[in-house]
Amino acid sequence: MGIAVELQGVSRHYGAVRAVDGVSLAIEDGEFFSMLGPSGSGKTTCLRLIAGFDLPGAGRILLHGRDASALPPYERDVNTVFQDYALFPHLTVLENVAYGLRVKGVERRAREREAEAALEQVALPGYGARRPGQLSGGQRQRVALARALVNRPRVLLLDEPLGALDLKLREQMQVELKGLQRRLGITFVYVTHDQGEALSMSDRVAVFNQGRLEQVDSPRALYARPHTVFVAGFVGTANVLDGPLARRLTGGDRPVSVRPEQLRFGAPSGDQVGVEGTVVDVQFHGPVSRYEVRVEEALLTVSLPGEEGGEGASGVEGRRPRAGDQVRLAWPRAAMVPLERAAPGS
Amino acid sequence: MSARPSAEPRPPPPRPARGGPLRALSTRLYRRPALTLLLLLVPPLLWFGVVYLGSLAALVWQSAYTFDDFTMAVTPELTWANYAALLDAANLDVVLRTTGMAAAVTVACAVLGFPVAYYMARYATGAVKGFFYVAVMLPMWASYIVKAYAWTVILAKGGVVYWVLGKLGLVGLLEQVLALPVVGGSSLSTSMLGRFLVFTYVWLPYMILPTQAAIERVPPNLLQASADLGARPAQTFRTVLLPLAFPGVVAGSIFTFSLTLGDYIIPQLIGPPGLFVGTMVSTLQGSVGNVPLAAAFTVVPMLVVGLYLVAARRLGAFDAL
Repeated sequence: MGIAVELQGVSRHYGAVRAVDGVSLAIEDGEFFSMLGPSGSGKTTCLRLIAGFDLPGAGRILLHGRDASALPPYERDVNTVFQDYALFPHLTVLENVAYGLRVKGVERRAREREAEAALEQVALPGYGARRPGQLSGGQRQRVALARALVNRPRVLLLDEPLGALDLKLREQMQVELKGLQRRLGITFVYVTHDQGEALSMSDRVAVFNQGRLEQVDSPRALYARPHTVFVAGFVGTANVLDGPLARRLTGGDRPVSVRPEQLRFGAPSGDQVGVEGTVVDVQFHGPVSRYEVRVEEALLTVSLPGEEGGEGASGVEGRRPRAGDQVRLAWPRAAMVPLERAAPGS
Repeated sequence: MSARPSAEPRPPPPRPARGGPLRALSTRLYRRPALTLLLLLVPPLLWFGVVYLGSLAALVWQSAYTFDDFTMAVTPELTWANYAALLDAANLDVVLRTTGMAAAVTVACAVLGFPVAYYMARYATGAVKGFFYVAVMLPMWASYIVKAYAWTVILAKGGVVYWVLGKLGLVGLLEQVLALPVVGGSSLSTSMLGRFLVFTYVWLPYMILPTQAAIERVPPNLLQASADLGARPAQTFRTVLLPLAFPGVVAGSIFTFSLTLGDYIIPQLIGPPGLFVGTMVSTLQGSVGNVPLAAAFTVVPMLVVGLYLVAARRLGAFDAL
């Protein structure tokens, strides 16, 4: 397994704005690698630097071991699926898909055959004669994918490709994209601000915040062992405890994170810790219900399976707590993950 | 059941709407969208239909009137004679000379204007963009006749162009260019080249502005997508940018082309003798009084521009619209 994409101390500043600030990471060949972060965190700038739409102010970018830091996009063996698809409105779907082959001088018959095959690959056979304007959002998404894949890139860059689709379609496309990536064995570099999407699809996830890399890990490790306060809060829901409450519970000075599903109503047993508080709000989410509990200065979230009277429900007087109830909360001591306040080096 | 607050919180009452006859009128119009549209469109349509199309129709109609060479009188008898006269060698010469100049000026404006328009649309922001808008439009604020006269001085022997070329030691080159047939002449201000330069100068803004608007409407990520798919900048320009911006270039070229076709001041002031369509119309209508032939000459630019638009459409210039 080689390294497909490597960033070595890459920075890109726009005036005083540090869009990307000293980012180093290595993406393996054939990996589904996600870059996750809120808007303005530097993930998209990173992708644009890999694609060559922007050049780094400092650091090096290697594509398959070759220094590509200063190469223009058309000299790089990567292709991009754009957030708003960027299909050419004056060309037909088939011409759009065949575009990469056309500019490389592939003869018309051959490139149309390959474009047709690429359209079949994304389940859009026979759509070649239409214009992009006549397609739905999901169909345009597939055309954009086919247009990139027809060039057989070794690395495919995807910039929030599902951002404009509705929930059902997005979930369906997530499954299809993952399947496609497995089938083709191409490296996917996937930019998203949706942590659920990143967790469910990726082999590894890089979490960005304010231009810096917070943590690179497998989705499971990221969820179970977040390194920083930011990662704990951004990936999934977390109760981050800090200050006197954390000190009392852990005896240490570092903030800790506890996932809402680790919390139960009731008194602590054996290796558990316990607190007392007031239920502020109850939200019904279908499979689970969420309880917001005020404990001293902190607002803790408790997540319980939705069924009435299920495990952990025996909180107060044999029924589920309501807003205003005084409750006791308990969770295993081991469920508390110590955190850094900020990413190392910032 | 936990204790509820005794008084339910109430939303504040809605603010009373303002009354009045105008409001009643608005409401009535809101319910009658067809009437609203009619009220909005009748004045401009009247203007367009009566003043504009009406006078055009009158012009075309009069181009078929009969002109008596002896009595110098115009009689409303319809004839094809004026259009036949257009095909006389001397008149055809005027038409071809004018059309050739219009085409050359249009190409020059497109070639000069595109980079400026591209820079304005893609790179210039804030104050720089404002500066460019003003710089492009500033010449349009000055009287066009003043500018034409100014150019006669600029291009004359002893003028600033000759002075600069003299400093650069390039007067010899200019003399050689002016010795060429058709474009040449005794000096820059009396040559076809000089006339071409002035036409290009006065109509260039009319090319830059629509081209800039068209380029601005091309999403930048289409150019990135093209490069991403392996297209070199020249390929991206030819296959993506130009086709998408072409309607703007065509719009600009309609201005530069038809303004050159119809102009009658610049051909009088700069360049060699020899009539243009505009000067011909002005002479026929003014000093000769042959209004029907003048009208027939006026129909020529309309026909040429019409043919040009059909050709542009055939070439797919409007496909991206």
